Amino acid sequence: MSEELHDLRVTVNGATHDIRVPARRLLSDALRHDLGLTGTHVGCEHGVCGACTILVDGAPTRACLMFAVSAQGAEITTVEGLTNADGSLGPVQQAFAECHGLQCGFCTPGFLTTITAGLRDNPRPTHEEARDMVAGNLCRCTGYQNIVKAVERAAEIQANA
Amino acid sequence: MKPAPFDYRRPETVAEAVAALAGEPNAKVLAGGQSLVPLLSMRLAAPAMLVDINAIPGLDTIAVESDDRDGGVRVGALARHSAVLASDDVRRVQPLVTMALSHVAHATIRNRGTTVGSLVHADAAAEMPVVLTLLGGSVDVEGPGGRRTIPASELYVGPLESSVGHDEVAVSAYFPGLAPGAGVAFEEIARRHGDYALVGAAALVDGETVRVGYLSVSDVPAVVDLTGVADADLGEAALAQLEPLDDIHATADYRAQLVRVLTGRVVRSARQHAQREGAQ
Repeated sequence: MSEELHDLRVTVNGATHDIRVPARRLLSDALRHDLGLTGTHVGCEHGVCGACTILVDGAPTRACLMFAVSAQGAEITTVEGLTNADGSLGPVQQAFAECHGLQCGFCTPGFLTTITAGLRDNPRPTHEEARDMVAGNLCRCTGYQNIVKAVERAAEIQANA
Repeated sequence: MKPAPFDYRRPETVAEAVAALAGEPNAKVLAGGQSLVPLLSMRLAAPAMLVDINAIPGLDTIAVESDDRDGGVRVGALARHSAVLASDDVRRVQPLVTMALSHVAHATIRNRGTTVGSLVHADAAAEMPVVLTLLGGSVDVEGPGGRRTIPASELYVGPLESSVGHDEVAVSAYFPGLAPGAGVAFEEIARRHGDYALVGAAALVDGETVRVGYLSVSDVPAVVDLTGVADADLGEAALAQLEPLDDIHATADYRAQLVRVLTGRVVRSARQHAQREGAQ
């Protein structure tokens, strides 16, 4: 039995893509397999770990908890879309590098997208707000302290830009 | 972990959604999917068809109904938790909805998950079914026979089971407003921030009337009437009307202890809320 395929148009990091996917294709898998954007990592695949977090129409969303077909017409930002126009590290990425906000890097794409949207909505978070911003993402390496520092550092970098 | 194959429909009207459901008894409605998609990925559920209602315009409304009964707020089937949580109208008309929503999962999940979806998913460990039950709200559904209103008291029939028919789609939920002089509060205890609570409690204090609703205590949302009970006896009086469940997350004894602790706390907090509201 061959599965029915659905035509889908999505904009990812500013580029429009037309793909054909079965309805059960998770958005995380469509990004990785159909579009080759492997920056979005897949951890738990049931919405707990946050590694696959992307921005859907600007809002942080678990890519593993959406079907690609549901993203019809959506504007998506993945970690690949967070660099500056010249290819250098974006402010949140820069802050992670400076503050040692990552070790193995598996969880990092989810943190970077979540924090990018978080600082857009709240450019000057308090320490508590910085902690709350990353409360839905798991990291097994860092103990989180340096990630929270990176949130605060990224806010600083953006304020000085 | 990949879902089993399913047919996919993306209707653009509620009538089309109802027609799609009518043609397939083993269909599920997909709104936010934050509970449904994991169930599919883990293959705990394998419906033959998903009816994705996300393309139906006009279902994401959040509206105060001031002339309707007690002046509550109606939330459409595509209103995301995050939008309901951020709504000043909701906070003003029924602050218990706002209080409880801040405990629903994490912000990222709330960006996609819908309040109505959570209500009809009927998880007794979730916050919003208890809130709807305590407040005496309702859910409007549309099916082949037209639209009907299901009162919260008739909505929850068993674990993860609601009285919404397989051929019906929930289109909105109604949360009654807070009466003048009344107070509400919400408390829960979870192992980790954003997790399902081991036990949660919502209180509504209106004059002499004291009612408390519990999540994660029974397999359906449980509401007890504690009117006239002395403060020191609130926890025991609540337990006399509840049978806390045992599961891998907590023993029944531990849940009973959490009920004792949370009941007094949440009733006190609702009384203080009533006083603050009354003082304004």
